[in-house]
Amino acid sequence: MSRAKSFSLPSRVLHWLMAAMILIMLFIGVFMASTVGPNYDRLVALHRPLGIAILALALLRLANRLRSPPPPLPEELPPTMKIGAKASHLLLYALMIAMPLVGWGMMSAGGYPILLWGRSMLLPPILPHDPTLWAWLRSVHTVLAFLLFGLVLAHIGAAMFHGFIRRDGVLQSMIFTQKSAKG
Amino acid sequence: MATKPVVPPASALRWLGVITAPIALALGFLWAGGWLTPHRLTQTSLLDALRAVDGVHPGFRRNHAKGVCVTGWFEGNGNAAALSAASILRQGQRVPVVGRFALAGGMPFQADAPAKIRSMALSLMSPNGQEWRMGLNDIPVFPVRTPQEFHDLQWASRPDPATGKSDPMRLKAFRAGHPWLQEAAGRITHRSVSGGFADDTYRSLDSFLLVKENGEKTAVRWAMEPVQTAIAAGGNTDDHDYHFRDLIDDIHARPLQWRLLVTVAGGHDVIDDPSQVWAEDDRQIDAGTLTLTAVESEEGGPCTGITFDPLVLPPGVAPSGDPILQARSAAYMRSFSLRSGEKSPVPAITPSLTAAPGDAEGKKS
Ligand code: HEM
Ligand code: HEM
Ligand code: HEM
Repeated sequence: MSRAKSFSLPSRVLHWLMAAMILIMLFIGVFMASTVGPNYDRLVALHRPLGIAILALALLRLANRLRSPPPPLPEELPPTMKIGAKASHLLLYALMIAMPLVGWGMMSAGGYPILLWGRSMLLPPILPHDPTLWAWLRSVHTVLAFLLFGLVLAHIGAAMFHGFIRRDGVLQSMIFTQKSAKG
Repeated sequence: MATKPVVPPASALRWLGVITAPIALALGFLWAGGWLTPHRLTQTSLLDALRAVDGVHPGFRRNHAKGVCVTGWFEGNGNAAALSAASILRQGQRVPVVGRFALAGGMPFQADAPAKIRSMALSLMSPNGQEWRMGLNDIPVFPVRTPQEFHDLQWASRPDPATGKSDPMRLKAFRAGHPWLQEAAGRITHRSVSGGFADDTYRSLDSFLLVKENGEKTAVRWAMEPVQTAIAAGGNTDDHDYHFRDLIDDIHARPLQWRLLVTVAGGHDVIDDPSQVWAEDDRQIDAGTLTLTAVESEEGGPCTGITFDPLVLPPGVAPSGDPILQARSAAYMRSFSLRSGEKSPVPAITPSLTAAPGDAEGKKS
């Protein structure tokens, strides 16, 4: 069986760092948006800079991907699966960039001062103050978050499918350094 | 090359390996969002409790629904600057203010009455983009000390569908179950009531921390104390909106002023419980003056598109450990996003009511 060559080290570091950050963000997000408990303000204050960091890393990752393209998928993978893999990765990138932009944009439209870190570092608004837009973006933030979470679950399922069922080296290609080899 | 099997044979155990992680994550996500624990107090259940009391009024604030916008400025006098790095408290700096006067309760068309709780909400905007938002009520203490108690008190006072009135037995049961709130209830019932919005004192109730440049913290509460001692207009209490009409007449007659009085917590004061009064002899600092010069309807007014979230604070002011503050911040954002997504309603206090006497005709059309 042919084995996929590995992702470059920067690609792998970015992938796993961002995977952890995005999962944490999704969990913090749904928890804080339901809670009225003692950690509400602290969680929102963590959610903002973490989200902005994801935006910065996603742009870096996009540039890195253009510079060092991913290894090809195994040849024997059915075309529909290949298309599915490509499309889902594209959508993951789109959401990694859209989620923080929507978060930042909705706070702008809601007329909130947008604290980045502590109480003294402010982000400038990126959209005009407009309550209708705020309400709409607040819903979009939820819908996209659920879409992202669903996609991440499917993505992890697919990674496990490669690792446990197909055993084609795709999972390893995101974990270890391995040379392109014939089976 | 084409002879080797593309997919090795898979056991049930391997398939289990595929689905375990996604399912575990999905369950964790549902738990984090409160979907597996229906009795957990959430933003939704808190707003549901308010709705159970006040009914459904799309487009209006879920609490303090009847109100008007005001504008003016705040000028610090430097007296509190030793305790806080907030630039707003420095001497001689005038910052613009957007505010709102309201009646407590989620009924946007309720009739004004002497004993109904009145509120003043303010956003003080410093030139560097920082804001200090606050929502102040004219009661001496808050009736509860936790969000759960707030929920339970609302729920206990919800109207009975048969009578349209709240059930005294339910309220009695709440009181019996919360003897520590007895004193607060008494203080609220027996408070002295001012004539109208203009001569009323509004209090933060919740405690906050003033923070110096060097990080040193001081627990405080604050109040806006009226400079004018009596209202100019004579209230006609038969009028459905007499408090608001008086306020509008007062502001049109002259700027209205309040002093920001900061109370520093003494050794025996309970910081994180808004249902407890602080000692009479606490140190008080007159920290600056609020001047309000204009009044506008919520329809098109500048206070409609924001929420007076008490945790929007400038550097130099920080939340205390008071649990009510956290619930307020969360519930105000939820209320703000819900009402902003609904069709803009016509408020009780319309633009023609708030128009200055001279141009009332012009604004009516
Ligand atoms: C990758 C980036 C982000 C992810 C994955 C994310 C995820 C989430 C999720 C899952 C929720 C809960 C939605 C709901 O249940 O209704 C949420 C809410 C929220 N997010 Fe984000 N978010 C991101 C970035 C941001 C950024 C950059 C900001 C602000 C600058 C932000 C501000 C908020 C706010 C204010 C809420 C609502 C809190 C509440 O309702 O009490 N988010 N986010
Ligand atoms: C929030 C979580 C995650 C996000 C947003 C994410 C995103 C991505 C993206 C965009 C790619 C395409 C390659 C690239 O450009 O970097 C990728 C590849 C990959 N991911 Fe993830 N990932 C996440 C979590 C995970 C987890 C938890 C696993 C494993 C259990 C995993 C396994 C893989 C594998 C094996 C590949 C390589 C697929 C290929 O060769 O095309 N990912 N991921
Ligand atoms: C857990 C306790 C509380 C809950 C759940 C709650 C809930 C709410 C909600 C949902 C709003 C409408 C917000 C909007 O749509 O912009 C509101 C407004 C308001 N609340 Fe509270 N509140 C609580 C405690 C307090 C306390 C302790 C104070 C007092 C000092 C206070 C003072 C105000 C004021 C002044 C407004 C009106 C703001 C305006 O005019 O826009 N609330 N409250």
